[in-house]
Amino acid sequence: MRTRPDLVEHLPRLRRYARALTGDSNRADDLVQDTLERALAKLDLWQPDSDLRAWLFTLMHNLFVNQIRVRRPQETAMDEAVDEAVSGGQMEALAARDIHAALARLPEQQREVLLLVGLEQFGYAEAALVLGIPTGTVMSRLSRARERMRQMLASDPSILLKLVK
Amino acid sequence: MTDNMHEDELHAYVDGHLPETRRIEVEAWLAAHPGDAARVQAWAAQNQSLHAAFDSVLNEPLPLNLVRATRRPALAVPFKAIAAGLAMLVTGLLGYAIGVGSGAQVPAAPTAYMPRDAAIAHVVFSPEMRHPVEVDAAHTEHLLAWLSKRVGTPLQAPDFSAQGFELLGGRLLTSETGPVAQFMYQDRIERRVTLYVRRALAGNTETAFRHATENGVDVFYWIDGDFGYALAGQIGRQSIGELADAAYRQLATAPARP
Repeated sequence: MRTRPDLVEHLPRLRRYARALTGDSNRADDLVQDTLERALAKLDLWQPDSDLRAWLFTLMHNLFVNQIRVRRPQETAMDEAVDEAVSGGQMEALAARDIHAALARLPEQQREVLLLVGLEQFGYAEAALVLGIPTGTVMSRLSRARERMRQMLASDPSILLKLVK
Repeated sequence: MTDNMHEDELHAYVDGHLPETRRIEVEAWLAAHPGDAARVQAWAAQNQSLHAAFDSVLNEPLPLNLVRATRRPALAVPFKAIAAGLAMLVTGLLGYAIGVGSGAQVPAAPTAYMPRDAAIAHVVFSPEMRHPVEVDAAHTEHLLAWLSKRVGTPLQAPDFSAQGFELLGGRLLTSETGPVAQFMYQDRIERRVTLYVRRALAGNTETAFRHATENGVDVFYWIDGDFGYALAGQIGRQSIGELADAAYRQLATAPARP
């Protein structure tokens, strides 16, 4: 019988990603808990020689996407409004006071890529695997995410100072 | 000198995914293209501020429900239902037994979980190179004052220098019996051991020295007065035993401070 991998050592990093992704510590830990439950239920499907961390992030991604799908009906209108404003309106951009606010205003698909690459330090191909998309799509989302973040953060001089320091 | 630059390569430069030769070429390109250089600088700053904003999560005490959730058997749902039923039953019985009714909050027997919790805390934090402790040994006085205040008793960090281990520092964790102090020690070849200290269940008079192995981590644990201690490490059962013995002697003979 093969030994079960220890999931606990992945907890701190799953929690970090979930926190950044959801922007809310309770929602983040709920997402981590759901991920662990799914992981334990499906552990037999995990290939022992593959990357357990990437697999756990894949499970979390799938759960996150499902959550968004459920929430979407109430939030769609607002998200679209925000998208419009960020790309066009200076006022909206000025409201993005810090990295938390800027992240929250990023479309989820771009936020995921930015966080997997920039925070969790996955390679591009690994991030593509986690998200189930081609590497080329990772690159285009990353590019859009970083440019949008740059616009939002650059419009707040105090943030710029903090970043440059 | 390169005469074109794909945007993907600018990202790969920021994320450190370029081979050395290409990295140097990208740097030359950036020196000649201030617009690209500004973008690359902003992207790198985003990575930094993401770490600045969220790395602290790595340091937070792990919520016990999540630690538990990593340990459930594969048949998660039925087990969960059974466990919930049992927990209610046990809570009810205990509540009845101590005459405060089934609505009272009754802590689970802390010694049952202590070696496992100590081993998990050891496994999670001892490999950390950047954040092994929250307060380092250079601030021992502050560390002891802070953890003593949070755990609710004057704490001492045992001295393991005779065994070749130096105090690295400590951190605060959580458990079902309240706050936990974790002290971390390291020897010359960077092997680490952790001492886990938390309040024991009132009325527990068990003082025996016990050994457990949890996922390859040796744990020696004991109860002294109102507190439970567990020393965890992967340095061999005998070495951990010697350290635990030293800790026990020092903590037992330490003058109680008001």
